[in-house]
Amino acid sequence: MRYRKSFVELFYKILTGIACYSLIVILGYIIFVIFKKGIGMLSLKMITTVPSGGYYYGGEGGVLNAIAGSFYIAVGATIIAVIVGVPAALFINSHLQHKPRMQSFIRYMLDALWGIPSIVYGAFGFMLMIYLGMSASLLAGIITVAFLITPIIIRTFDEVLNTIPKGLHESALALGYTRMQLAFKVLWKQGFPGFITAVLFAFGRGIGDAASVLFTAGYTDLVPQYLDEPAATLPLAIFFQLSSPIPEVRNRAYAAGIILTAMILIISVSARLVSRKFSKTNLK
Amino acid sequence: MKNKNTIEISNLNVWVDNQYILKNVNLDIPEHQITVLLGPSGCGKTTLLKSMNRLTDLYKELKVTGEICIDGDDILKSKRNIYEIRQKMGLLSQKPYPLPVSIYKNIAYGIKLKGIKDRKLLDYNVEKRLKEVGLWDEVKDRLHSSPDTLSIGQQQRLCLARGLAVKPRLILADEPTSALDPLSSKIIEDLFKKLKEHYSIVVVTHILRQAKRLADNVVFMHYGEIVEQGAPDQLFTNPQSPELKKYLVDGN
Ligand SMILES: Nc1ncnc2c1ncn2[C@@H]1O[C@H](COP(=O)(O)OP(=O)(O)OP(=O)(O)O)[C@@H](O)[C@H]1O
Ligand SMILES: [Mg+2]
Repeated sequence: MRYRKSFVELFYKILTGIACYSLIVILGYIIFVIFKKGIGMLSLKMITTVPSGGYYYGGEGGVLNAIAGSFYIAVGATIIAVIVGVPAALFINSHLQHKPRMQSFIRYMLDALWGIPSIVYGAFGFMLMIYLGMSASLLAGIITVAFLITPIIIRTFDEVLNTIPKGLHESALALGYTRMQLAFKVLWKQGFPGFITAVLFAFGRGIGDAASVLFTAGYTDLVPQYLDEPAATLPLAIFFQLSSPIPEVRNRAYAAGIILTAMILIISVSARLVSRKFSKTNLK
Repeated sequence: MKNKNTIEISNLNVWVDNQYILKNVNLDIPEHQITVLLGPSGCGKTTLLKSMNRLTDLYKELKVTGEICIDGDDILKSKRNIYEIRQKMGLLSQKPYPLPVSIYKNIAYGIKLKGIKDRKLLDYNVEKRLKEVGLWDEVKDRLHSSPDTLSIGQQQRLCLARGLAVKPRLILADEPTSALDPLSSKIIEDLFKKLKEHYSIVVVTHILRQAKRLADNVVFMHYGEIVEQGAPDQLFTNPQSPELKKYLVDGN
């Protein structure tokens, strides 16, 4: 009997171990392949010049157009999402604190929005763009990605604000704070590291998303100068260039892959570090 | 000697879905005395404190009726703004919850709420409040660091000083020493005895010996009702109700 029990124990240990380690191996392998294929192409030229002779046929030049486009879109969308999302998250945790039903309804809706596939946001952004008489552009891309990441910012920040003890709310209110002062003087300060995590998280999601910018941002060989110009993005740079018949162009796709992967790894690791630091100081 | 009352509570009922948390509570909180609330867990002591500064507003499910008069003004119906009313009472909770700003600002912000903006006056008042709770010498060299670096006992005194900064009439303390070591508890108790010269104090405690040490006036509650109240000598040596008799026996 005891023998059998330890056998079952061992079996599950191996099974869960395989599941866990194979994931790590697969992730490592993916990163390895991307780096192996692209590392040779990665050069200063790659990140400082735009493609020449057309991104599809011309083998010369780099992917600066996509780096700049992705960066502009992610930064722009993050700024919009922060402007809308931070007050929303603070509102949920201050003014709605005594309306738990409303609170959970809103959280539920935001989670649903979070779960919507980004191609749907892309289609929605496209429709909105047409409706407003805009064409595929940096601005349209920014707006669409902002739709995509606003729920992420709100919910990530909200989760952190929600862990702030009720006693702190009560202490502040007992001093005669208004709910507004509670939100901006207490919750905002206490939740600030959570805010940083939320921003990094949303930025990473925004910079890596292909489907939402597919119809809305367009594609170009140039670095956009104005909001109404089309913008290239790293995910689409990978997508378009990988299908080119010219090997140099395909290699550029791998280089774009490395750049994007490295950016996202850096962002998610720093998000981790910030939130780890936060939970440590919060333990006291 | 007839004392003036800071708060007069009459016919206070608090209930949630047909279930009473406080039932027909009538209570006077005398000025410059320490009133100790005693009673088994769940009998409504915290709820009574929260009704006094209307933190019950935060819980929409709670229905509150009755009268709570402070300076002749019924705060449950008052037209005056709630923030001003809450400032008449300093709240000290079970665990200290310092605000996420420096030690100095924890106190300065309350003073600013009272309309004082001048830097010198702020400095003066912060020092005064910290001295009032005997914390000044311990923190004067690190006023601008985070309160996280203070011990729990020091944090509790910081919270007390913060509450005093808005110039309350009354201090409401809900088991203020339950998270503290005996020495820090003693400091808080001594503070209360000193502070009652200027403030009226309500203390909830589960520690009978603390109640005996502190109380000028004891209120014993059971299932949302006030069963007995009076001077500590009389209540502790000669309890009338079976509930209090049992509580005293179990508590010792
Ligand atoms: N918001 C609420 N909704 C429902 N019930 C509540 C609410 N607040 C308090 N109660 C109930 O009211 C009763 C009294 O609670 P209260 O916290 O006032 O007790 P207490 O005397 O302070 O107890 P303790 O000594 O354990 O702190 C408890 O039964 C509690 O479950
Ligand atoms: Mg309690």
